[in-house]
Amino acid sequence: MAERKSKAWYDRMLSVDRRWIYLIMGLAVVVPVIWEMYIPVTESSEVRDVYEFSDDVTDGEIVLLAIDYDPSTMAELHPMTEAILRQVWRNGGRVLLSSLSQFGPAMADEILTRIAGEMDVEYGVDYVFLGYKPYPAITILAMGADFRVPFPTDYYGNNVDELPMMEGVHNFDDVEGVIALASGTAADYWITYGNAKYGVPVALGVTGVMASDYYPYLQSGQLFGLIPGIKGAAEYEQMAGIRGEGARGIPYQTTSHAVILFFIVMTNVAFFARRAAQRRR
Amino acid sequence: MEGATTGELFWGGIAALVTLAIFSFLYKDNPVFKVVERIWVGVTTGYWTMLLYHTSFTDKVITPIFERGQYFYLFPVILGILMWFRLSKTYGFLARYSLAFYIGISTGIFIPLTIKTAILYQLHGTIRPIEPTWTGLMFALAFIGIICSLSYFFFSKEHKGLLGVSSKIGIYTLMIGFGTGFGLTVMGRVALLGQRVSFLHDYIASLLGALF
Amino acid sequence: MKRQVPIFLVFLCGLTMVIQFFVPHDYSDVLFQYANDFVIVIGILALPVGIYSLMKNTVNKAMRDPKERIFSALTILGFLVMIVAGLKREWFASSTSLSSNMFNYVLVPAQATLFSMLAFYIASAAYRAFRARTVLAAVLLVTAFVVMLRLIPLPEPVATWNAEFVRWILEVPNMAAKRAILIGVALGAITYSTKILLGIERAYMGTD
Repeated sequence: MAERKSKAWYDRMLSVDRRWIYLIMGLAVVVPVIWEMYIPVTESSEVRDVYEFSDDVTDGEIVLLAIDYDPSTMAELHPMTEAILRQVWRNGGRVLLSSLSQFGPAMADEILTRIAGEMDVEYGVDYVFLGYKPYPAITILAMGADFRVPFPTDYYGNNVDELPMMEGVHNFDDVEGVIALASGTAADYWITYGNAKYGVPVALGVTGVMASDYYPYLQSGQLFGLIPGIKGAAEYEQMAGIRGEGARGIPYQTTSHAVILFFIVMTNVAFFARRAAQRRR
Repeated sequence: MEGATTGELFWGGIAALVTLAIFSFLYKDNPVFKVVERIWVGVTTGYWTMLLYHTSFTDKVITPIFERGQYFYLFPVILGILMWFRLSKTYGFLARYSLAFYIGISTGIFIPLTIKTAILYQLHGTIRPIEPTWTGLMFALAFIGIICSLSYFFFSKEHKGLLGVSSKIGIYTLMIGFGTGFGLTVMGRVALLGQRVSFLHDYIASLLGALF
Repeated sequence: MKRQVPIFLVFLCGLTMVIQFFVPHDYSDVLFQYANDFVIVIGILALPVGIYSLMKNTVNKAMRDPKERIFSALTILGFLVMIVAGLKREWFASSTSLSSNMFNYVLVPAQATLFSMLAFYIASAAYRAFRARTVLAAVLLVTAFVVMLRLIPLPEPVATWNAEFVRWILEVPNMAAKRAILIGVALGAITYSTKILLGIERAYMGTD
């Protein structure tokens, strides 16, 4: 106890129990979730490019939407899927879906069942879900030859040739482009094996963690757009006039970022105060 | 979960308990966390097994061989079965044949496409005419950043003189890149937490709505 | 035979694929298509090895440590429930089946929550380790600070300046750094792959 009393303020600050940090962080997220609010976001050109592309998918044109993420990243990527599906279907476009993540299919099925019911679109006519195959690189290459090579049947076991939407739809030449919502290496595979091999236009929706890694591809034109993390999802929803989970996520992003910035400032103030005291000694 | 049915409330309750059990680890490791964690491992493996069976094994093995009579598919099937010998100490070498086929094809596809994607296209994006405009200036800055960052990874010569200066600029550029990565990482991690808290909030609201 | 044949097979298959890349022809396209399909089949059949290993480890753990038995039993139970619940394709793919409910209400929340805890750890890391000890660390810290500041509603014109500055960071120095890493990693990967094709790198074969 005596030792604790003798500690300087900066030492006490630098050795604070981690559970206090957890508590403050928890509150920074819980409070904005309870008191729901809406904070507009600044829009970026890379998200606008994806939005404008999707907006041009009309009158039966097809976009390939790759659901290449799993539950550990669905918080960021699921809102993107929802916004894109709503926008494309609203404009009369059609969606071909595939999944290269083993947990993607059931999540895709959940979101398709929910939104298709709300928007009155028909399976096999307005959308087709090809399902899952392991080994993303090889699967993308096979899709480039013909979607039927890796996916002779769809996720539900139907013969792909029996689905009206798939009539005359064979490979990447028959879709307007690919929007891959990816949380892992599948994003790189779409660039390497989809774009470089077959020349199909590719845009990515990725997690915040991954986002900064894809700017070189954006600059070189290998990607036509990028939706980075939950902020990107919120931007997309704002452009499409949809109030979804992306927009809902921004208030707690704001508070938690404020908390982390506060932590960084405080810990550095304490760090430099201790360093100054040590120098004086 | 507005207007949730009894079934949705029941399963939602299970999901809420699973969420809280996992969060209990933040206090300390405990048996409740361990129970849920182990069930999750089993459920994940079981789900994946059935997914592979229905969407891959049926489509790629059963249908071509037994329904379409494409017997040449027995060749990759045999190679695939040879992979199982990896578990045997005596016949483990047999797995190498199928591994060789797999690695050979994957590598042969990978090399030219990676040269195209990660080197040629990237160089094409880097080396462009520099115009006397703001964009041109930024382009020149990026070019310098790339060359200097690459020089930092060049270890065949001691980092002294011109190489020393360029690698120094390179490491600062790399640090900005890592800082950007960290700044965006926070957003990703918080999104996950927010989603779980939102789920609990919505579930409690729908449960209270159903009860009262 | 144990080593030379696989090395030759790697070289032959690899070279065929490289040649196929540069020679676009109907025959080479058919070859490419079947090669891809065969690799998928091999991969599918290889995956049970991983599932078997997991189950074997679970059982072994339970045999060694009596305290682990209940936990191992739960893993096996979870596995078996999912197998039985998804035996038929219509059960497996239906959005209202036991299999789907187990996925949506057990697997999804468990995995999502496990990863969501990283938010707490990153906050803790920001507090404990994110200090400007050196100039390099300060550059990293300031960059991260500015990027994070973009999510805070700031008064105008500071908000616009910050948004513009972050855009510049992402498109110029960040892009330069990530491109350099990308090129460096690609050169390394291509070298490594070439060594595999030529039989110089043999680690993938394991030991005799």
